[in-house]
Amino acid sequence: MFRHGSRSLSRASTMRWRRPFSTDLPAEATKDSNFVEAWRKSIPAVEPPSTPSVFMATRPTTPSSIPSKLTINFVLPYSSELSGKEVDMVIIPATTGQMGVLPGHVATIAELKPGILSVHEGNDVSKYFVSGGFAYVHANSFADIIAVEAVPLDRIDPNLVQKGLTDFAQKLNTASTDVEKAEAQIGVDVHSALNAALTG
Amino acid sequence: MAMAALRREGRRFATPLISPNPATVFRSSIIPSEEPVLSGVRCISTQVVRNRMKSVKNIQKITKAMKMVAASKLRAIQTRAENSRGLWQPFTALLGDTPSIDVKKNVIVTISADKGLCGGINSTSVKISRVMHKLNSGPDKENKYVVLGEKAKAQLVRDSKKDIELVMTELQKNPLNYTQVSVMADDILKNVEFDALRIVYNKFQSVVSFLPTVSTVLSPEVVEREAESGGKLGDLDLYEIEGAETKGEVLQNLTEFQFSCMMYNAVLENATSEQGARMSAMDSSSRNAGDMLDRLTLTYNRTRQASITTELIEIISGASALEG
Repeated sequence: MFRHGSRSLSRASTMRWRRPFSTDLPAEATKDSNFVEAWRKSIPAVEPPSTPSVFMATRPTTPSSIPSKLTINFVLPYSSELSGKEVDMVIIPATTGQMGVLPGHVATIAELKPGILSVHEGNDVSKYFVSGGFAYVHANSFADIIAVEAVPLDRIDPNLVQKGLTDFAQKLNTASTDVEKAEAQIGVDVHSALNAALTG
Repeated sequence: MAMAALRREGRRFATPLISPNPATVFRSSIIPSEEPVLSGVRCISTQVVRNRMKSVKNIQKITKAMKMVAASKLRAIQTRAENSRGLWQPFTALLGDTPSIDVKKNVIVTISADKGLCGGINSTSVKISRVMHKLNSGPDKENKYVVLGEKAKAQLVRDSKKDIELVMTELQKNPLNYTQVSVMADDILKNVEFDALRIVYNKFQSVVSFLPTVSTVLSPEVVEREAESGGKLGDLDLYEIEGAETKGEVLQNLTEFQFSCMMYNAVLENATSEQGARMSAMDSSSRNAGDMLDRLTLTYNRTRQASITTELIEIISGASALEG
């Protein structure tokens, strides 16, 4: 009796395990096992190393109905500003223009330009100034935003922004080489974006 | 500096260490003089033990200090490594994890430490890199190494010097930051031709456990090819791409950014593992030094007591001989 019980238990557990794999990302599971198999075949003495996917929490599959919230991860090199936060909407400063992302947005890869990233959660809006990076919107209403640098907007000093803008505008006029010109242009772009963010 | 001192100490006491019984060595060297100066032998044998005790004590001081230094460095770098863990996850979610991809030009980026005395983390990186090299070798395939850190360089130069494309050392002279790492990543991207970059590093798990890890970064051409052929990155074709004019351009930016982010995390994780490994290695060596010191103290006291007893016996027997 007990033997049967354990068998049905194990079957139930394997079923539970198999399901997320078969629907989730079928390529993911086979990919890794290929590598591990190849490794074991050629070098059985050494344990195969881990790969990044081992350390990652699995993402849910695309649900059939659009969820009410968007899950965002907003990461910087030195911190994870927001991780797995459920929000209503984010507005991303893509190079093609401001891009509003709601749950159920089509899967997109967007490059970011210096500008404001605003995160809307109910009535709360938190605004960050980001310097550039990438944003991915996945089909399962997940959005990943990676920026090289980001600061909350209220921590920016408007006076310094004005000063930087005039400085870089001057540098752009006096620049002689291409490198200097490009550097000054970047400075002007960033500062005018900051200025627009603060005044707008 | 501390390491040089340690080596010096090691050399000083290495000679008596080799022979199981330092006293016999000494005695054998004294025999040719053909003078049975037993008392002298006794004195000097305690002297030898005392010297060893002193040097072992010094070594223990050094290893303890190194452990303290590693512990404080570990605390600083551990938080940074943990904070950087969010950085690579979006890339893996988007581009997948493709360690088994079969491409022509493989570049293995081996990350190691500049300094030794940190357990086996450097040789683990090297070992995994060698296996990756072997695993991806074939008739029309090319495997190259990019080596970060002095220790992996020293090990890889020995047998695969011709495969080393680029060596970078003294990465941790200044505290690691993203700018520095991305400049380095840019250097690698400019100087090395690749279809797939495989970053080999030790991921920090706890002070005593490190997981050798391989992260794969594909070149934009391979990403595009795989996405179009619907292979491992088939999902990528479903994404709408906004930004520059062509898809290739965006993918180029994307993979370069991916590489710099992966490198940043990998370098930090490896540095954290290094400090952790050094801490535990130094901890165990100071414990060993303590044990050795205990044993030496016991030997020393025993010898001293024996000599005192002998002298007492000599005196007493002499006195009793006079009386009798």
